[in-house]
Amino acid sequence: MNFMVQTLGTAGATMVVGLIGVMALVAVNALFLIWMERKVSAHMQLRPGPMEVGWHGAIQTIADAIKLMGKELITPEEVDRPIFWLAPIVIFLPVLLSFLVIPFSASWIIRDMNVGIVLILAFSTLAVLSILMAGWSSNNKYAVLGAIRSVAQNVAYEIPLLITVMSIILMVGSFKLTDIVAAQERLWFVLLQPVAFILYIICATAETNRAPFDIPEAESELVAGFHTEYSGMRFALFFLAEYTNMFICSAIAAVLFLGGWHGPILPGVVWFLIKVYFVIFLMMWFRWTFPRTRFDQLITFAWKILIPLAFANLLITALVLKLR
Amino acid sequence: MNFLSSLTTPQGVATIAFIMVVGATIAGALIAVLARNIFHNVLGLALSLMGVGGLFLYLNSPFVALMEILIYVGAICIAICFAIMLSEPLYLSKPPRNPLKIQGAVLGAGAVFAFLALLVKQTKWTPAPERSADWSIETLGHYLLKNYVLIFELVSLLLLVAMLGAIVLARGGRGSS
Repeated sequence: MNFMVQTLGTAGATMVVGLIGVMALVAVNALFLIWMERKVSAHMQLRPGPMEVGWHGAIQTIADAIKLMGKELITPEEVDRPIFWLAPIVIFLPVLLSFLVIPFSASWIIRDMNVGIVLILAFSTLAVLSILMAGWSSNNKYAVLGAIRSVAQNVAYEIPLLITVMSIILMVGSFKLTDIVAAQERLWFVLLQPVAFILYIICATAETNRAPFDIPEAESELVAGFHTEYSGMRFALFFLAEYTNMFICSAIAAVLFLGGWHGPILPGVVWFLIKVYFVIFLMMWFRWTFPRTRFDQLITFAWKILIPLAFANLLITALVLKLR
Repeated sequence: MNFLSSLTTPQGVATIAFIMVVGATIAGALIAVLARNIFHNVLGLALSLMGVGGLFLYLNSPFVALMEILIYVGAICIAICFAIMLSEPLYLSKPPRNPLKIQGAVLGAGAVFAFLALLVKQTKWTPAPERSADWSIETLGHYLLKNYVLIFELVSLLLLVAMLGAIVLARGGRGSS
């Protein structure tokens, strides 16, 4: 009780300002990332991409967003209405909550909780539930198949992700994201834990359902996977959540491995954003370089290679820390 | 007016938060038991467990609250969804409720409820501020790996046995079909 009162009293203003800032960031980030994805994919395939609307198509996504807002929200006859309506909202909540603890710089953080990383990991599991809600309630075989694949994949890749993150936590001795960044003032953890970094990037790509792990929405097999039946702004919410999720996964990568806001000359926030967008660029690079994996390969890879590797990494980290 | 302005004080907001959390817990539990669509049951359970997580947060244990969400909502509910996918399709007509089973369920749940209520009534509760013990993550870790290590390991053993049992059952099913 006292804890609640204290929290609300002192941090209320920060929360309100932070919420407005995060809303703006989510919108701008999604618009920018969709444009970036189009440009990156285009240049990797030796074509110019969108060029007509604005400088090099810079405001193409704004035009697309306006188009999506104007579209009719179609609710098919046989759907499970309350859940069909709820799913796009539920997928967005955990994404928004994660911004609560992400440190953009030493002082740019809404609330520096001592359970920071656990909060992000705990709420990211809700995304699976909402994908399942969307797929199941749509009453469409492609949607259900996409949802089933997504759940199997997310469950499989969450385990190595958590274990990999644990090895970093073990080195710092704190769940607080600012502590983790502060510990990397001299040496980034990507140099001390290269295996963990690679494991994290693989798992993050799988968790965000991106190619080569995009079988939940494999266009050539499943139309659009779990959001086949969604249209207009509801579809846009799934898209928004996906791109914001990419931002969060990359932000955690920057915090855990790339030294967060540390860097010379430029202010911390700029360094942080440079690192985040670098990791996002890496993920886009993967998408346009690797072909989609087959489903059984994907699951086998997670259970038989990634999980043992992550455990070995954790064990070695613990041994080195103990014997040092 | 007085009532409204009291709601905007920190105390008032905390009370509203408490009511919301308890409401979510109870509403989720009711959906989990009463809904006839098994998928709605799972979602109700998830809502209820989120509410329990909120209660832990309210008691100043954010770590336990997040673990509740990570393990119960993130793992248990998803595992139940897996089980649903393996069960019979939803468009088949559902069998009517068996009154004998309902009575049995009421009896079992009622016994647990009566026992817990008795326990709550018998225990002498001390208010949170008067308890000196700190419940930080370090303390919890020390308790798990020192004082209660035997219980901790026995619980893991139980889970292992359950997992092996599930594998044996699944294997048998596939071989015989």
